Amino acid sequence: MSSVLYDVPGPKARRVSLIGSVLGSVLILGLVAWIITTLAEQGIFQGQRWAIFTRGDVWSLLGNGVLTTLSAAAVAAVLAFPLGLLLCLLRISDIAAIRIPTRIVLEFLRGMPVVLMMLFVLLVFASGAFTAVVAGLVLYNAAVFAEIIRAGIQSLPKGQREAGLTVGLTSFQSRMIIELPQAIRRMMPSLVAQLVVLLKDTSLGYIVSYEELLRKVQIMADFLGPDFLFPIFFVAAAIYIAINIVVSRIAVWIERRGTVKAAGGVAKAEPEPIEAAVP
Amino acid sequence: MDVIIENLPLYWEGFLRTLFLSVVSGAIALVLGTLLAAARVSPVAALRGFSMTYVEVLRNTPLTIAFFFAAIVLPRLGVRFEQFEVAAIIALSTYTAAFIAEAVRSGVNSVHVGQAEAARSIGMQFGQVLSLIILPQALRTVIPPLINILIALTKNSSVAGAFFVLELFGYGRQLANANGDQVMTVLLGVAFFYLLITVPLGILASTVERKVAISR
Repeated sequence: MSSVLYDVPGPKARRVSLIGSVLGSVLILGLVAWIITTLAEQGIFQGQRWAIFTRGDVWSLLGNGVLTTLSAAAVAAVLAFPLGLLLCLLRISDIAAIRIPTRIVLEFLRGMPVVLMMLFVLLVFASGAFTAVVAGLVLYNAAVFAEIIRAGIQSLPKGQREAGLTVGLTSFQSRMIIELPQAIRRMMPSLVAQLVVLLKDTSLGYIVSYEELLRKVQIMADFLGPDFLFPIFFVAAAIYIAINIVVSRIAVWIERRGTVKAAGGVAKAEPEPIEAAVP
Repeated sequence: MDVIIENLPLYWEGFLRTLFLSVVSGAIALVLGTLLAAARVSPVAALRGFSMTYVEVLRNTPLTIAFFFAAIVLPRLGVRFEQFEVAAIIALSTYTAAFIAEAVRSGVNSVHVGQAEAARSIGMQFGQVLSLIILPQALRTVIPPLINILIALTKNSSVAGAFFVLELFGYGRQLANANGDQVMTVLLGVAFFYLLITVPLGILASTVERKVAISR
């Protein structure tokens, strides 16, 4: 795409672009150098500040933080998906008395900050921090999953449902056997992308005092002294971001794999239009 | 109900601060995000690389980490703020800019290739092609996703409440602590004020989406 926006660079343009690249790099490197010198003035790079990472207990605490983060995300994801499916079925129900209240509930859940839901569960139901984090994540993400699956079902050709009803399936059977499998496959990339969001949102547990990675950083910094805040934070943030990037990459991979398959599958499955067959 | 009515001034103040945080961070993020998207499609390799790295890292950073960095780590590094609002705005706008950059970039990709070719064939430069032909069309298609990002931004601003900024969520937490017996009412009040921003924006997004879809 980008090549359409400008000519294939000639020698002069290439020179200009090279100069631009060099200048840009110098600028960015300068910024990085400035940040590093500022950090160095604060004594960030003194060996003893980083020496804490030779201690086993620091790593075991960090590892513990990663585990609590991942376990909250895993439990929430496992619970949110079936709930989202259920909400989606209610949302597209033929009965208005079910459809409309569900719609209001979904709008409500999607329009609220996840932290607020976590705090709500924590204070109103006086639950533990883990329950609060998981409940907040489940409620919000179930609503989002419901909307994603609904979009998938609506993107299906009408004939799918009509055919299902014609061969004598009930409305519910048609949804479960014909429409949902196709909709979920079609929406796989969005669903996985939402899983990344869910994983990122576990960090909100910090606010409701759930002992996840960031809270561990805080605890360690309080315990070891403010000098160690930056090194610990830096390592923890790197771990967090690395996990998220890996999951995002998996999402992209699934998306690529899905589109290749769907393109081949749909092209084969679709019958030739009758008009085209008759000359 | 009485708790909400008694504390309406606090709610209102929190609401205004949430609105303020969202509007200011949203404006900064829009500018920053559009610049990043332009850098992403530019001929200069260094800018492309920078934009790509920025978006990849920031999109995968949990918001709480961004806030923690801006509000707690930065002051330790000698960057002092008069108010914690500044830290909140830094965190929110740099975080949101990455998402806006992605949305604008996919908008640029959605503009028909012929548009760019036509613009180039009448002798326009890269900057002209982008600012006069591509971006105006791209922005139209990206308005619904942009509004959705702004809705997310408004909801995300609630994290500021945990980092020393007294906005809607911050006041909500305070009030919940002060009125232990009516926590549910207090928090539902907070939820109501959030919905006051997010629901109209959501309706606006779907209306615009329908309008754009018709004109295509």
